[in-house]
Amino acid sequence: MEQKLKTDFDKFISMSNFSNQEIKLKKEALDNFLKNGFPSRKLENWKFSDIKQIIQKNIGELTFYNDYNIKNEINDEIFIKEIEHNKIVIVNGKVERLNFEYEESNKINLTTLENFNQNPNDDNSLLSLNNSFSNKIHNILVKKNYSFKKPLIIYQITNEKVSNTNINFQLKFELEENSSIKIINLSDDNSEKNFINNLFNFNLGKNAILKNYKIEKKSNTNIKYDYSSINQKENSISETFIFSSGSDYKKNEVICNLEGQYSSAFINGIHLLSKNKHHEIRTNTNHLYENTKSYQLIKSVIDDSSKSVYQGKIYVDSKAQKTDGYQLSKAVLLNEQAEFNAKPELEIYADDVKCSHGSASGSLDEDSIFYLMSRGLDKKTAKELLINGFLLDVVEKITDEEIKKLLKNMIGLN
Amino acid sequence: MRDKQIENLKDYKYGFSTDIESFKAPRGLNEDVIRFISNIKKEPDWLLQWRLKAFERLKVLKEPNWQKPKYPKIDYQDLYYYSAPKSFKEKPKNLEDLDPKLLETYKKLGIPLQEQKRLNGIAVDAVFDSVSVATTFKDSLTKKGIIFCSISEAIQKHPDLVRKYLGSVIPTTDHFFATLNSAVFTDGSFVYIPPNVKCPMELSTYFRINASDTGQFERTLIIADKGSYVSYLEGCTAPMRDENQLHAANVELIALDDAEIKYSTVQNWYPGDKDGKGGIYNFVTKRGLCKGKNSKISWTQVETGSAITWKYPSCILKGDNSIGEFYSIAITNNHQKADTGTKMIHLGKNTKSKIISKGISAGKSDMTYRGLVDISKNASNSTNYTQCDSLLMGNKCGAHTVPYIKNKNSNSSIAHEATTSKISEDQLHYCQQRGLNQEEAVGLIVNGFCKEVLQQLPMEFAVEAQKLVGISLEGSVG
Repeated sequence: MEQKLKTDFDKFISMSNFSNQEIKLKKEALDNFLKNGFPSRKLENWKFSDIKQIIQKNIGELTFYNDYNIKNEINDEIFIKEIEHNKIVIVNGKVERLNFEYEESNKINLTTLENFNQNPNDDNSLLSLNNSFSNKIHNILVKKNYSFKKPLIIYQITNEKVSNTNINFQLKFELEENSSIKIINLSDDNSEKNFINNLFNFNLGKNAILKNYKIEKKSNTNIKYDYSSINQKENSISETFIFSSGSDYKKNEVICNLEGQYSSAFINGIHLLSKNKHHEIRTNTNHLYENTKSYQLIKSVIDDSSKSVYQGKIYVDSKAQKTDGYQLSKAVLLNEQAEFNAKPELEIYADDVKCSHGSASGSLDEDSIFYLMSRGLDKKTAKELLINGFLLDVVEKITDEEIKKLLKNMIGLN
Repeated sequence: MRDKQIENLKDYKYGFSTDIESFKAPRGLNEDVIRFISNIKKEPDWLLQWRLKAFERLKVLKEPNWQKPKYPKIDYQDLYYYSAPKSFKEKPKNLEDLDPKLLETYKKLGIPLQEQKRLNGIAVDAVFDSVSVATTFKDSLTKKGIIFCSISEAIQKHPDLVRKYLGSVIPTTDHFFATLNSAVFTDGSFVYIPPNVKCPMELSTYFRINASDTGQFERTLIIADKGSYVSYLEGCTAPMRDENQLHAANVELIALDDAEIKYSTVQNWYPGDKDGKGGIYNFVTKRGLCKGKNSKISWTQVETGSAITWKYPSCILKGDNSIGEFYSIAITNNHQKADTGTKMIHLGKNTKSKIISKGISAGKSDMTYRGLVDISKNASNSTNYTQCDSLLMGNKCGAHTVPYIKNKNSNSSIAHEATTSKISEDQLHYCQQRGLNQEEAVGLIVNGFCKEVLQQLPMEFAVEAQKLVGISLEGSVG
């Protein structure tokens, strides 16, 4: 693999027009990845999902060279018709279209980044891999006091044109003071057996609001890693909703750093799994300042021989007095082969805090099924109704009414 | 006084007089030392081979380092693995020779004077004849067919039982510290309860003669045969000092069909001084096997001592309908660190487990609850309930919860809850308003917080443990 990485990297650099600074950083990132390799279950964060093994078993040897010069046609039919929206269309890891037609153009600043920042001590090798092979990184800056009029939908598409098996993509948002944005991230996978590595960075200024909805429904055979880091200043709010269902393997990681007082983070997620899918949500909420708040609700419905994992960590710094942290994960196992693993973790260094977590897993309540059947429903409908209600709880947490309605239809929960 | 005491400690470490030199194994860990231990204890050959097998395995094992509390590297070649019990000559002659702080604590706990002496290995006069107490005690056990002796004695007198069960729960191929213990263990307790016998009293190491000299690599084996019941107490509330810094004991419990074992621990080893110097490393492996149907194992622990406590009393629920329970209070103060919790491995059908853990950290200490609940594919209709609450006092300490939850069976359910908070100002205010000073108020509230676990302790123990909880937190408020 090492040889392949090196040759693909050289080819990639020679075919692109990166600055010397970028090439230097990309090379460093590659060296870092070569040093650490793919994460395996030996690392605590990957204990339940050995991605090294999963890639080897399902894809085999990866190829990394992505030809960003290929032009991809975009079929307008894939766009959501129900609501007016701005678009970013990404095909095979390349941004094909950036369209902010509903916004004031002087309030948004679109640039590409020269530098990407990965903490050198960060041992997340997938971020290094992403940094070394991703194309120019688009930075979307929302200026002070500006609120997006319409949601932004990010379409992440793969098609059969992709020749490499590993796709890396990176995007960055900066929200200045008092700004706000609503993002829907939709995946549309038409390729098979790719390892897709996504990295999103969000920096929220004072009073900024981020609403981020990640929807992954279409059934596909890809292996996906999706990393979002959200840094929050004073009084900012982030809301993350994850619907994770389609891919064979998916790991969502959300890292929230609550750096300013009164900042708050909400993370809600659904795993709806069947066949032998294996999905994981890992959250890391770092309370670094006084009076911060976080709330997490993760629900899983696991059928066939699929596997759902939730690892959630609330970290409270000794500075972060008056923290309010809450975390709840629930799972319903529908089949004997299904599996649920959880590691809800609290790491607390301040005393004046209120932190709690709960986790429960089991089968559907027999009494409830009986109740519904005694009222004339057949068993299948009764079960469906219960699952619907179980998951709807999470969807109802979405604070934007228009998007909530859209997503309910899209997911098929009513 | 302080200096004098440090002198005393030095004496413990280096002060072996020449006349007993021959009973001490040379420093270091090697095959010869293991043979020496085995030989001096007149062990049968199979046990020597068993030890050597563990030692072979130890050579390839690495010391684990995933735990939260880090400690300086231990030089295993610099330790003594066997030394004969101390003679009275080196022991303190008088209570006055002891640290006055220690005496003060005894007073608060209400430990009788004679007992205080005994705890510190001071030669006891004839009035308090602990030997005769123990003898009468032993007689009534023998009548019922209960075997309760040191493991060395059991190896000589009941080799078949020992051979059958030793290492059946903690094999020689286990983790580093357990394997180290298997290779070099020196003594410990052995209990066998015959079928359908209900042990008439609480068994305690306290009543076993010479119990205070069991050393740092203790090995305890408790077997409850079909339909029997036993409650076993380990440790005591009084502060214990020991010259060995590392304690790597192994405790194995085996419950056959319909049997029940209740194992209670109160651990109050020397935690080091206020600046975190010294103190015991308590790295104990405790594991119970519910081997038979309808069997039950219950662990209760009150952990207040040691510089570092690192242990996970576990239950393997192999028999159908078996039950595992874990009740824990862990208190850390000053620079103490604890990483403790339990493992509940559900293998049989209809198995149930319950975990109640209360952690309290104060001063500059660090407390971690780490637990595993694993319900395997075949463990249908199993349930687990876990509750772990942490209480923080001050913003220099830490409290962490790291539960691992694995559910592979759709007919089983797991529920886990955890909270972290501090003592509410309202509660404190209420108590103070009614005339309690701040320390008393905190003691009262903490006791309420721990009540669920304290209730699980045998009566006499519970009263002492309750006082201990208050004492452990002294100086942590205000």
